Amino acid sequence: MSTTSVMGGIVRRKEDPSLIQGKGNYVDDIKRRGELAAAFVRSPFAAATVSSIDTSAALELDGVHAVYTAEDVRHLGLNPAQVAVGTLRPFLADGVVYHVGEAVAMVVADNRYVAQDAADLVYVDYEPGDAVVDLKEAFADASQVHDGESNTLLTWSGHAWWEGVVELPDPSPGIQEAKERDDTVVVSLEMVNQRLIPTAIEPRAVLADWNSGYGSVELWSSSQIPHALAGAIGVIFGIPSNKVRVVAPEVGGGFGLKLNVYPDETLVCFASKQLGRPVRWTETRREAGFASIQGRGWIGTATITGTKEGKILGYELDAICDMGAYSQNFTVAIPLLGLFVAPGQYDIPTSYALHCVVTNTPTTDAYRGAGRPEAAYYLERIIDAYAREIGMDPADVRKANYWKSDQFPVTTAVGMTMDSGDYEANLDALLDRAGYEELKARRDAARSEGRLLGVGLSSYVEVCGFGPSALAGLGFSWGGYGLPTSFNGSGVVRVQPDGTCTVTIGTGPSGQSHETTWAQIVADGLGIPMENIEVQHGDSLDSPMGVGTFGSRSIAVDGTATYEATNRVREKAATIAGHLLEAAPEDIRFEDGSAHVAGSPDRTVAWAQIAESAYQPHTLPEGMEGGLESSVVFSPPNATWPFGSHLALVEVDPETGDVDLLEYWATDDCGNVINPMIVDGQLHGGIAQGVAQALFEEAIYDEMGNLLTASLVDYPLPAAGNLPMFSLDRTVTPSDVNPLGVKGIGEAGTIGAAQTIVNAVVDAVSHLGVKHIDMPLRPKRVWQAIEDARN
Amino acid sequence: MEISISVNGTDRRSNVEPRTLLVHYLRENLGLTGTHVGCDTGYCGACTVIVDGRTVKSCTMLAVQADGRAVQTIEGVANGEELHPVQEGFWERHGLQCGFCTPGMIMSSIALLEKNDNPSEDEIRHGIEGNLCRCTGYHNIVRSVQYAGAKMRGEEPQGASQEVTS
Amino acid sequence: MYPSNFDYVAPTSLDEALAALSGSENAKLLSGGMSLLPLMKMRLVRPTTVVDISRIPGLDTITDEGDHIAIGALVKHADTASSELVGKHATALAQAAGTTADIQVRNQGTTCGSIAHADLAADQPAAALALGATMVAASVRGEREIAAADFFVDTLTSALEDDEILVELRVPKGGKSAYAKLGRRGGDSDYPIAAAAVWVDASDGTVADARIAVTGVSSKPYLAVASAQAVVGTDGSGDAIASAASHATDDVVVLEDLYGSVEYRTHLASVFVKRALEGVLG
Repeated sequence: MSTTSVMGGIVRRKEDPSLIQGKGNYVDDIKRRGELAAAFVRSPFAAATVSSIDTSAALELDGVHAVYTAEDVRHLGLNPAQVAVGTLRPFLADGVVYHVGEAVAMVVADNRYVAQDAADLVYVDYEPGDAVVDLKEAFADASQVHDGESNTLLTWSGHAWWEGVVELPDPSPGIQEAKERDDTVVVSLEMVNQRLIPTAIEPRAVLADWNSGYGSVELWSSSQIPHALAGAIGVIFGIPSNKVRVVAPEVGGGFGLKLNVYPDETLVCFASKQLGRPVRWTETRREAGFASIQGRGWIGTATITGTKEGKILGYELDAICDMGAYSQNFTVAIPLLGLFVAPGQYDIPTSYALHCVVTNTPTTDAYRGAGRPEAAYYLERIIDAYAREIGMDPADVRKANYWKSDQFPVTTAVGMTMDSGDYEANLDALLDRAGYEELKARRDAARSEGRLLGVGLSSYVEVCGFGPSALAGLGFSWGGYGLPTSFNGSGVVRVQPDGTCTVTIGTGPSGQSHETTWAQIVADGLGIPMENIEVQHGDSLDSPMGVGTFGSRSIAVDGTATYEATNRVREKAATIAGHLLEAAPEDIRFEDGSAHVAGSPDRTVAWAQIAESAYQPHTLPEGMEGGLESSVVFSPPNATWPFGSHLALVEVDPETGDVDLLEYWATDDCGNVINPMIVDGQLHGGIAQGVAQALFEEAIYDEMGNLLTASLVDYPLPAAGNLPMFSLDRTVTPSDVNPLGVKGIGEAGTIGAAQTIVNAVVDAVSHLGVKHIDMPLRPKRVWQAIEDARN
Repeated sequence: MEISISVNGTDRRSNVEPRTLLVHYLRENLGLTGTHVGCDTGYCGACTVIVDGRTVKSCTMLAVQADGRAVQTIEGVANGEELHPVQEGFWERHGLQCGFCTPGMIMSSIALLEKNDNPSEDEIRHGIEGNLCRCTGYHNIVRSVQYAGAKMRGEEPQGASQEVTS
Repeated sequence: MYPSNFDYVAPTSLDEALAALSGSENAKLLSGGMSLLPLMKMRLVRPTTVVDISRIPGLDTITDEGDHIAIGALVKHADTASSELVGKHATALAQAAGTTADIQVRNQGTTCGSIAHADLAADQPAAALALGATMVAASVRGEREIAAADFFVDTLTSALEDDEILVELRVPKGGKSAYAKLGRRGGDSDYPIAAAAVWVDASDGTVADARIAVTGVSSKPYLAVASAQAVVGTDGSGDAIASAASHATDDVVVLEDLYGSVEYRTHLASVFVKRALEGVLG
């Protein structure tokens, strides 16, 4: 092993020099000769038939090249890149629209201003129908979104979610028995986990350049999944995938919303093919509320049955999950991800029913955490309510029900095997550091002065680092692509003839710092300085086959592949160095850009010399193949299971209901850490998005299905002044499903945060009789809850 | 119409439609793509540039309004190879992740520190309230500005690149 | 989010600007653009002509005119917020300007523009009302003065004619004033969910005169006359303040939106009348 230890160390990001100088290349920054711009005509109705479309005025406008409607693209079929349950989406609405903002026509013009001018001149006649917007009404199925099809696509059940694979005993009879006992309490709350608009600051952007000479297309897209997108484009147009180059350059935040194959990606390719010119489209912020996926959107009743001493005998969740009008990449699989962590960190009987229901609204899919924040929210909120009901400290109730560290690996109530964990030690570390007892004393003292302070706590467990590949059995694929079918990771490590190193990986970042982290892995393994390592990604033809960046999976899967490739390169390089230094390969050590013989620091050979030899096979040991590169595909035996505990101190203004988040602590466990600075950064942002759900954000529809919060004026993201500094710490329980011992950290903060805040706010006002307040805890809701409790 | 704008110290003359937004003029006409567009309503601040010494949102300004004025963009912040202390701060303190809000955030931070090179945490948070970041939770942005402030005061920045206590 | 086409003129004198404004059917006035440009980008407003008054000299000053201070049409929110003159003589206006939107918007937008736009939830109109300001409107027909109390007609509708420019805001000196608000993102950030500006003359220990204005609550910023009456003639104690607060929404129709119900806004109006009064009488 090398002695150059950059693993676990703080290294400034390799990504930053370009980004801090405005030299990053996002899709909208890339320019192609002769490019045109597209704009969409979107439905103002949530449910309507389209009786006619008049494009003549638009076509007459100077600078307009084409106006396309369903008729033009019908031959492309339906978007195949969607989960196999639910209704597939046509590229342009074909006679019927199912949500406000659904694209009905596409205009292509000289530039985006003219394209919008022309879009305004496309006249569409609609015959509006009844929109199904209310989730409970949709579940009741009185009025159907898609004629003749039940609004409920399927119901995920906690003990039998995978027919033929996971069939556990039904916990309901046992829970029912516990409910009927005299010495138990039953605590139940209906809670909304509201819809969110993911809102990466970079709107989605696409640019296609179809070359009829080569019979190939290049597509730049702000995407988390360039390979899967390339596969889909190949299938849609009936061309081989090796004729499709999808490039995801700098991606300005993803959070799951760019984890989809969207109609516009196909449509710009189509337009480019038709017109023989590059065509681009860049989403406006308002369009992002219609043209990209949304997240969350559950209404559920959580129930705990337990003893008066804090032992939980049953946890039940019955929830309706809003899928929106169409199914996209994951859609119905998002609640399933929640189900995977339904029992959280607890050894408790768990009964789960998640009803996946369609409505006349834009599609929901993966948004940071994707099902797991919802699951953690319901569980950790109802545990708090249960603790309050029996008069026990919520920390103690949690400890009484945790899996113990010596029980791992454990199989949970939903049939998942969790690798490792020491939950009680993690919670204790948090409580000690935050001064939990002092905080509660501070809260009580403030209360006696009429001030409303609250202390809130949450544990969480996350499932991430997907694979294992076996999950593919649940999934879907297109032309051998698709996501679960390739739930593995890839990495190519090549030492160049001059001794520098190129690393090419199957997933790419949208802010997660792959370039730096992967360079650390390779620098550590090869002893090549960080500055001599370049990490490439995001090109469907030049990068090794990859699945994409989502589900906090890159480091555990693709990172491991790169680690293994690094090991193989090092082994070969040791043989070459041994040959050059006349020493045994096992005696070769790598550090500071060169190899030397153990115990003889003077007997050294630089990486450049090793590499030079590698590319001149006649200098190599007899029979050795030339070159110095390795490509590895890694398929993990299981997912990983990060966990942690979060704590917040809030103050509520008793007159206005305004919530001030005063302090926030988190102790997370993501296994081994490669770059603590980057891991902390992921947590900061994740926590901020959880706080944002708790306090600020909500996608609100009126009864006609109009999105009332399509602009940032009405969808308030937290600004710097709305958040405090976050106090972080970690415990380290390495994963055993990959040799790096890493788990993943991209979503953990979000999964832990929302209920931490709500628990704190409810704690602040619980003595007034408040039991629950639905998110977002805008001042009006907090005030109303206090009022209602008082009256 | 004909406009003349000093952009990063260079006089640029162009013919634009009056409806051209300043941000599109910078990006499309001048190829200065460091200034980004993140929303429609002047809320996100990704398009922040400095016009005649003050930060503005270039998505909510017409290019013709900047006629005869001096515009500074992210591309004009570094002195050749030498980074501005604010750029250095963002690099040293991990003040960016996806980087999309970063140019605007840096412009606002520069304007803030030019008025007050020793702001409190609260002053920093209010000083960048017109710039939304979705990645960092602002924690490390605040620390980046603190780093830059120290540099601009000629002091050695305090603290480490990360703060985990264990 | 790309405006439709329009003709653009940037006059360098007020007379030219007034002529341009009166000479066009569907002309819009542009100074800071913080209200107009977002509407144009959404194509909710499609002017044929945009008259940019930002190049007219002499309209960007805040001056001491003896018994009042004069704030020109082109004075930015940031300048209003940081002006010593405004801070001293029209504290509520400085506070309202200082919590309007964010720094960039305060650098671009103008106090007079915000007032002329007459948004039901803007900050500074409330301060103008409480301070008893006078609006000076100019047109090709000449200048006229409009009392703040007569200026705000309805949502996005002021007493200005289409061809008039609000060239100056005159704020009388004397008394003490304060502004208090709850913003959409909590604290005082973002548009007010409800806010109050108050002005009192209480130099001799008794409240001789008072004006109380509320914004964000009804279809326009308004003077809460009964609230002011409740505090005038009192010693400004807690009881008087509470009484004033209880009349904050007398005779107005309180609106609801995503951020507040009628009941909540009615309550908030009282809270912020109270808090603003505590700011000047406490």
